[in-house]
Amino acid sequence: MVDVDRDDAAPPEGADAPDVPLLRMEGIVKHFPGAKALDGVDLDVLPGEVHCLLGQNGAGKSTLIKVLAGAHQPTSGRIVLDGEEIAIPHPVAALRHGVATIYQELDVVDGLTVAENVFLGHELDRGGFTQRREAIRSTREMLRRLGHPEISPHREVGRLSAAGKQIVSMARALSHDARVIVMDEPSAVLDAGEVQNLFRVVRGLTAQGVAVVYISHRLEEIRQIGDRITVLKNGRTVGRDLPAATTPTAELIRLMTGRNVEYAFPTRPGVPEDAPVVLDVEDLALAGTFEDVSFQVRAGEIVGLAGLVGAGRSEILETLYGARRRTAGSVAVKGRRLRSGSVDAAVAAGIGLCPEERKSQGLVLDEPVYRNITLSTFARIARGGWLDERAERAAAREQVAALDLRPAGVDRAARTLSGGNQQKALLGRWLVHGCDVLLLDEPTRGVDVGARSELYALVRRLADAGTAVVVVSSEIPEVLGLADHVLVVSEGRVVHRAPAQDIDEHRVLDLVMEGTVA
Amino acid sequence: MSTQVDASPAAESRSSWLSGPAGRTVGLVVALVLLAVVGVITGGERFASLDNVMTILRLASVTGVLAIGMTFVITAGGIDLSVGSVLGLATVWASTLATQTMAEDLHWTVMVLTGLAVGTAAGLINGLIIAYGKVVAFIATLAMMIAARGLAEMISGRQTQVVQVDGFLDFVRADFIGVPVLVWMFVVVAVAGWFLFNRTTFGRRTVAVGGNAEASRLAGIKVQRHLLYVYGLSGLTAGIAGVMMLGRTTAGTSTNGLYYELEVIAAVVVGGTLLIGGRGTIVGTVIGVLIFAMLTNVFTINNLSISAQNVAKGVIIVVAVLIQQRFAARSTST
Repeated sequence: MVDVDRDDAAPPEGADAPDVPLLRMEGIVKHFPGAKALDGVDLDVLPGEVHCLLGQNGAGKSTLIKVLAGAHQPTSGRIVLDGEEIAIPHPVAALRHGVATIYQELDVVDGLTVAENVFLGHELDRGGFTQRREAIRSTREMLRRLGHPEISPHREVGRLSAAGKQIVSMARALSHDARVIVMDEPSAVLDAGEVQNLFRVVRGLTAQGVAVVYISHRLEEIRQIGDRITVLKNGRTVGRDLPAATTPTAELIRLMTGRNVEYAFPTRPGVPEDAPVVLDVEDLALAGTFEDVSFQVRAGEIVGLAGLVGAGRSEILETLYGARRRTAGSVAVKGRRLRSGSVDAAVAAGIGLCPEERKSQGLVLDEPVYRNITLSTFARIARGGWLDERAERAAAREQVAALDLRPAGVDRAARTLSGGNQQKALLGRWLVHGCDVLLLDEPTRGVDVGARSELYALVRRLADAGTAVVVVSSEIPEVLGLADHVLVVSEGRVVHRAPAQDIDEHRVLDLVMEGTVA
Repeated sequence: MSTQVDASPAAESRSSWLSGPAGRTVGLVVALVLLAVVGVITGGERFASLDNVMTILRLASVTGVLAIGMTFVITAGGIDLSVGSVLGLATVWASTLATQTMAEDLHWTVMVLTGLAVGTAAGLINGLIIAYGKVVAFIATLAMMIAARGLAEMISGRQTQVVQVDGFLDFVRADFIGVPVLVWMFVVVAVAGWFLFNRTTFGRRTVAVGGNAEASRLAGIKVQRHLLYVYGLSGLTAGIAGVMMLGRTTAGTSTNGLYYELEVIAAVVVGGTLLIGGRGTIVGTVIGVLIFAMLTNVFTINNLSISAQNVAKGVIIVVAVLIQQRFAARSTST
């Protein structure tokens, strides 16, 4: 056994042969035309452990799991399962070997029932007739094993939440008698409560000897659920056999990025008492979603909204932005009340929103970067309805330089930018516009670790320049680290407010859970 | 567009030149030239005469004007199935006894204004239903297509209304510098459309809304109002095309413009405008319209049937879209 000593979670079982890996990948190389996606990756997974795979976007995690799932063929390298070298020529072979993959975009068919999804592709049949009763019985059994007996096998999957769909995917893995289950960012679609539930399920699986390969960007999660960590960078294994609980964050980030990046939040200069109130939200409500939300943001202040997904945080932002029509209350910018349900009024008053879903709500992906940056301002830059593209490009270039957006060309399609740089383009849009209030919904979702600190620093710089900022994030440490003042939202109500220094993650979780129970 | 001082991205845009907008236009021009070569080989003098060129252009002008409006609608992420019917309604309304009498009494432009007003009104109704009533464009304009045709039949009593206002006929049927006024109208609409599309905030909004309506809304663009205008514009072009049709055939009937919407949509898509919205090209649309007009002309000159023509048009649509998808795949992978 490796020297992992943890007291919060039981170390891997397997008293018979704890040192023998269940799955071993050796020197995996994968060439694509014109690119080397994997350049010698080693990975060994013990039975009953949660093995975390870390790496930045493009490090090769996805390619590696696709090799394991039989979706890609390695150019060279060995895959050993249970001491025997195996080949995985296609996805069905992977399942036959007991290796199941749960992708981030859950591959369930919405129109089918839970049981039909579980046995999708290997329907139980006798002479061409599906054995529905048997399928339902064994689906029910697997759901119970996963600790979710409340999900009915007859339920249409499209009506389940993302968390429910994930459970269905896991049941499908179990239906293949999976011994290795690969989970690609399973928590990305879950809120904090659902993540805890997922962890329970994962622990249940490992207790039965199943090995879980767990991919996540969130270090806090890996510390909670993981046993050992393998770090990938540029298609190579750069760190192996690292204890998940005790390896310092700085060390992990250094391995992932190859540089010494402090995953650090900028210091708070403190908001002066006499700073003017810029955004004043009073008794704001959206029927059925949230009510009685009141807060003020002063110039230079960052206010964070913490809480679970579904608590109403995004809805609060969208409502005060006018994207949803409020049912009560008022929103004022610099003392001027905003018309309800009108985004263009909010924008005209100086509010800007960087939405949660950058791709579907933020950017026109096929349009060039400069047009995305000037999407809110091209009409103002234009003269009498005639576009001034020269001035637009100049304004965009200025932002690209100021934000260090890479690559710097403003004529490439927004689609080609990485998550962090897309976020910068959105920030640039509001900087050109000249916002007094900036609303950030999940500003670092899908942004890799190296780029996050940079975004944090940017947001703080904007605040220092006098912008009032409101941040919503599912990652509680992010809210606590970035904001000056924190509002905890639960079930559509603000249940607590405090300066960020006076509250910690546990307190936030406590409040959120209490709110849920109440 | 690329005359601006662009230091860094010049290299990258040069490498993907053929897969860019310019490359697509070149491809369309090549197709047009090939078609002309076929015309010359098979039709000889009858094809390659100035008279025949004018015939092709005249043929292209009515659908061409419709196609300019349609380019805006499709780029904005919508569709307008009603243009053919609205064109028919405009010809009927502009040629009723009452309108013609008024035109005789006041001025022949009364007929023109009636046609434009009818078209614009129908387009705005489409826009209202789609933008504010949140009805899918396909359904809303399908309903308008049926209703406008019916209204045209009711107004005309299924009779052919012959135009007798000389001022109108003299104007529309005239030549200017050897080119028919109809063709000039197409040219004016196309040039105006190009500027509106590429050089104004209206055009930018159209592309943005079609590319991502939600992002546009959250950036502060008044998406609903813009869609209203876009469908209004399509109605206006249907009105203009109706007036042109009235001049060409000298008669208003409820069957004017039957099935035009299909040829128009085909020409726009062949021209390179994406049916899902977010990308459009006026130049491509004009060439697409010319390709279809020239094809019809080549078939007519060779005494081939309309049926054979339709088969050929069907093939062209599919081939053009297949080629487009290749280009699209290549340009997004770089």
